[in-house]
Amino acid sequence: MSLFDHLVIFPVLIPFFIAVILLFPSLNNAINKQRVLAIAANVLMVVVAFVLLFKVKQQGIQVYALGDWSAPFGIVLVADAFSVLMVCLSAILGLAVTLYASAGEDKTGAFFHPLIMFQLMGINGAFLTGDVFNLFVFFEVLLIASYSLMIHGGGKQKTQANIHYVFLNLIGSSLFLFALGTLYGTLGTLNFADMADRIPLLSDNELLITKSGALLLLAVFGLKAAMLPLHFWLPKAYSSTSTSVAALFAIMTKVGIYSIWRVHGVMFGDQAGELANIALPWLWPIALLTIAVGAISVLASQSLRVLCSNLVIVSVGTLLVTISVNTVQATSAGIYYLIHSTIACAAMFLLAGLIQQQRGKAEDRFVVARAMPQAGILGFIFALLAIALIGMPPLSGFVGKALILQSVTNASQAMWVFPLILGAGLIALIALSRAGTSLFWRTNGENTTALKGHPIQYLAIGLLVVLLPLMVIFGGPVSDYAQLAAEQLKAGLTLQQLNEVAQ
Amino acid sequence: MELVYAICVGFMTACGIFLMLRGHTFTLVIGLTLLSYAVNLFLFASGGLTIGAPAVLSSNENYADPLPQALVLTAIVIGFAMTAFAVILAMRGRSDLGNDHVDGTEPFDRLAAEEKS
Repeated sequence: MSLFDHLVIFPVLIPFFIAVILLFPSLNNAINKQRVLAIAANVLMVVVAFVLLFKVKQQGIQVYALGDWSAPFGIVLVADAFSVLMVCLSAILGLAVTLYASAGEDKTGAFFHPLIMFQLMGINGAFLTGDVFNLFVFFEVLLIASYSLMIHGGGKQKTQANIHYVFLNLIGSSLFLFALGTLYGTLGTLNFADMADRIPLLSDNELLITKSGALLLLAVFGLKAAMLPLHFWLPKAYSSTSTSVAALFAIMTKVGIYSIWRVHGVMFGDQAGELANIALPWLWPIALLTIAVGAISVLASQSLRVLCSNLVIVSVGTLLVTISVNTVQATSAGIYYLIHSTIACAAMFLLAGLIQQQRGKAEDRFVVARAMPQAGILGFIFALLAIALIGMPPLSGFVGKALILQSVTNASQAMWVFPLILGAGLIALIALSRAGTSLFWRTNGENTTALKGHPIQYLAIGLLVVLLPLMVIFGGPVSDYAQLAAEQLKAGLTLQQLNEVAQ
Repeated sequence: MELVYAICVGFMTACGIFLMLRGHTFTLVIGLTLLSYAVNLFLFASGGLTIGAPAVLSSNENYADPLPQALVLTAIVIGFAMTAFAVILAMRGRSDLGNDHVDGTEPFDRLAAEEKS
């Protein structure tokens, strides 16, 4: 076997080894060496992720059996079009965040770069794994890294938000284990493909137990994804942590969405016999309410980062809508929108960090303050990102929302989806215009002492912002790829196919 | 045996949830510990309870399912690490915020205030 055959596990191994190397004493005390190594590792990860993406596109689904134990006895990593796309997204985000933090934010506490690497390892592992218990383990890896990252730098605000975040997620992990035990008790396996094969064969008295396990999993993933009754932790957590960490967290809610898609969209999807689509009656109203409540909170936000956190909730609701519409077309629209919303929200968080840095005590609150020294360039980026987040042409938000609206063909569903998504867009327009005017125009005097943005910070934001028009210019290939990912996801994978691919 | 086992797990879960509903980090940590004990026992039983049988496949027809044991082992290790982090965070919260309430401030207790006055 050549090294190329092991490509699937690289997105998990690279951050792991780099994180360990970064902890060595000679590197641990030299922040500049750490930065260089971390940035180089992130560039490498982007390259590996895209090589894997092209490989999957050309040769189909890649399965990697760890230790060469065939499924369902061993754990497998499954790289299909959707999971590889998510790995690419996390690699790009990781690179942008590391660049941004290298301007100085990584010095506010110890172990910033190793923690980011462990976080990326957990995220990539959660996307690639083909085993539910392994998914739990990678969830814990990414969570414990995120607990430490959230409080990185210290401070009262962070501690307080972190207490909520940590304890909620610990309870979530316990529920996750209860759900896994229940599912294992009736299905006798934890491999995604094998579980999907066995669900239609369940006897009548096992159905109810399996159903309760599946819905318990929905609650757990819903907590990570911040869907409606479980979203209260998000605005505070995202707005009080440091800038680069908040930007990286833009993909954390998507891990929850991704898992809902895998488990409730496919495993308990159309082929699940008696238990087909059990989550949909719950997801549909929750999705709509998440958009509505998110939009109302957007209007009520008093600072840019809270506003952006609430926009994350709106995008979670929009994605849940595409899951509950449950067609290939809606799924592919959802995948396109997922890429767009992750990149746009992360860029907005990074921009909010620069704005906060240049406004002194006013931070990013919508109050009158002294003008920012670099207001021109910041305002330009803000306008671009606002257009993308609202979903106005010509940027990718418009294409994403248009694809979603187009995919809702059922009149009774369209009756709810159209007004809510368009209304949320209008509300975002109002809130972001108000934010822009008060941040950039309602000024009094000049702030000459403020710290100007470091070029590397602009590079990080530019890296993300430039992807938004690229997603429109190359809209054809990107949406074709999303279509491929959606078809692979919806077709599902049986254990037999899985083992055939593995050989 | 199944009934006793189920009652034990259920009672422990109930105790854990009761403790977690109190809004202080100390009781929250204790509640979480109880809940993770309960979940470990629950996972252990998810392969079915067998007595006096080897854990690995042998010529014997009757054997215990080895997978839940592996899962429990993983869950225990992760649970330990998470509890340790939670305890440290709770101490940090106590020193940063001045009290051990999860919201950072003690909620206004009308009954206690009336008793004082």
